[in-house]
Amino acid sequence: MTETTTISAVKPPTGGIITQFRHRRRRNGRRSALRVHPALYLFPLPAVALLVAFMAVPLLESLQYAITNWDGYSATFDYVGLNNFVRAFTGDTLFLNALTNNVLYMLVVVIVQTILSLLLSLLLVKNSRGGIFLRALFFFPTILSSVSVAFIWRFMYEPNFGLLNGFLGAIGLHQFQSAFLGDDQQALYWVALVQVWAHAGQMMVVFIAGLQAIPQELYEAAELDGAGRWRRFTSITWPMLAPATTIVVAYVTIQSFKAFDLLLGIGGNPPKNSLDILSTRIYTTFVNSHFGYAAAESVIFMVLILIVTVLQRRILRLTQKQE
Amino acid sequence: MAANLSRRAILLVYTLVVAVPLLVVILGSFKTNEELFANPIGLPKSFVPENFIAVITGQDLGGAFLNSSIVAVVSVPTTLLLASLAAYGVSRMGGFWSWLIFGFLVLGMAIPAQTNMIALYVQFQQLGLVNSLFGLMLVNIVSTLPIAVFILTGFMKTLPKELFEASAIDGSGPFRTYWSIAMPLSAPSLAAAGIFLFVIHWNELLYPLLFVQSPKLRTLPLALLSYQGEYQTNYPLLFSAVILASAPVVVAYVFLQRYFVAGLTAGVSK
Repeated sequence: MTETTTISAVKPPTGGIITQFRHRRRRNGRRSALRVHPALYLFPLPAVALLVAFMAVPLLESLQYAITNWDGYSATFDYVGLNNFVRAFTGDTLFLNALTNNVLYMLVVVIVQTILSLLLSLLLVKNSRGGIFLRALFFFPTILSSVSVAFIWRFMYEPNFGLLNGFLGAIGLHQFQSAFLGDDQQALYWVALVQVWAHAGQMMVVFIAGLQAIPQELYEAAELDGAGRWRRFTSITWPMLAPATTIVVAYVTIQSFKAFDLLLGIGGNPPKNSLDILSTRIYTTFVNSHFGYAAAESVIFMVLILIVTVLQRRILRLTQKQE
Repeated sequence: MAANLSRRAILLVYTLVVAVPLLVVILGSFKTNEELFANPIGLPKSFVPENFIAVITGQDLGGAFLNSSIVAVVSVPTTLLLASLAAYGVSRMGGFWSWLIFGFLVLGMAIPAQTNMIALYVQFQQLGLVNSLFGLMLVNIVSTLPIAVFILTGFMKTLPKELFEASAIDGSGPFRTYWSIAMPLSAPSLAAAGIFLFVIHWNELLYPLLFVQSPKLRTLPLALLSYQGEYQTNYPLLFSAVILASAPVVVAYVFLQRYFVAGLTAGVSK
């Protein structure tokens, strides 16, 4: 799966020097000296130790907190079993609101961003001068911090003086002017589009790498057989792009669940209900000192991401079966 | 012909969608608020960097810039060092242990920060790491180790074994082979991974928000966020702050573009 993202800059060196060494090894024939040196087992040790201490242990503790009513500072707490989970799904409208928002947000981001970045990659797959410049430009917003992106778009969306309403007014489309972030019915979708704006270029590059790996002969043969543009796309490009699509969709999904920075930057801290997604909800629960309950929410969050990722992989595999 | 025309039309529209907001920010940073509202896309009346001066001389951003720099300068190379050691060990040892250790190291990619943060916060409090730049460095390193190991192992596995074997025959110990053979050969992927880590660490918001209470220790995204609260609608000031906060990453992007693309897309393959 990784071959689609191999970029020329990270190719291993090959050539004369290697064959030279290979030759030498054969002549010496000292296989026994080439066994794995025991010290090699120590190399991953610092990384493993850090991850045990600050990733695995906290994870297990989080699972433990999830079945308690701990408030974060009291010396004692009770085990409440699955009560936190039951409460999240039955009694907690804030959590259910964040869950619904998150699913909608994910759907918009994944669908729009995948289609847009695929479209851009198809238009920019050729290495022309102008194409390379546009790729660099479209990729650019990815490197900005989400807080910066949030500021930029808060001005674009500003209802009275912002650029979007000004533009719509100038071209005579007053009826499409909107309160954007001020309108609770729409706010979430406008933020989703900001996320697409920020990261479509990044996914475009992944798709371009995938497209450039498709052998040109396939297209030439199809053209000889009289296949039109659309037919060539559905029969060659889409199935051959399967590895890249899987990567893009999975990554965009995870990004849309992790959109904490953007929502906090645009929606304020804590964001209003219409802009509350799971990551912001967990954070708010946590800073309000409901540690046990926040832990339960965060466990649901983790499992949900896992389920969605697996489901997507299944669905994509169905549509991209090679003929 | 028609297809070519629509291709150009789509590209032109999307170029505007990306470029116009960026231009508005750049031009807007030289305007007054009234000027920006009256004329968001036009040229400013003067290019006197008043807003920049106000942002730099203000107490928040300068210190935040320094804090972010200190954190990045320590945590990026440390992550690279630990991850490359692990990647080298894993790619050389082979067999069951290699599989197990690699599996454990990269499993962290599947754990969302929000799931870990609660227990991590408690742990950091007990260790006295809350409200310290060292704590931030540590959490940056830990949170990005899995993805760094993943990227570097993928690369190191493609290096020809014969080089390492030859080095061993010539009498180099494993550490020497790692340092003088594997590391130089991995330079391009180390650069790509380093850029990737730099962008993440520089832009990270959640952990500073959790672990930093003192305004003196704020990193840039945190300082920006508090700016927003303070200067709600003073967009020119916010724009100048955004430009200053993004400057190092943008400059690096202009000069090291291909490593950015390689790094940020290698990170995608998780």
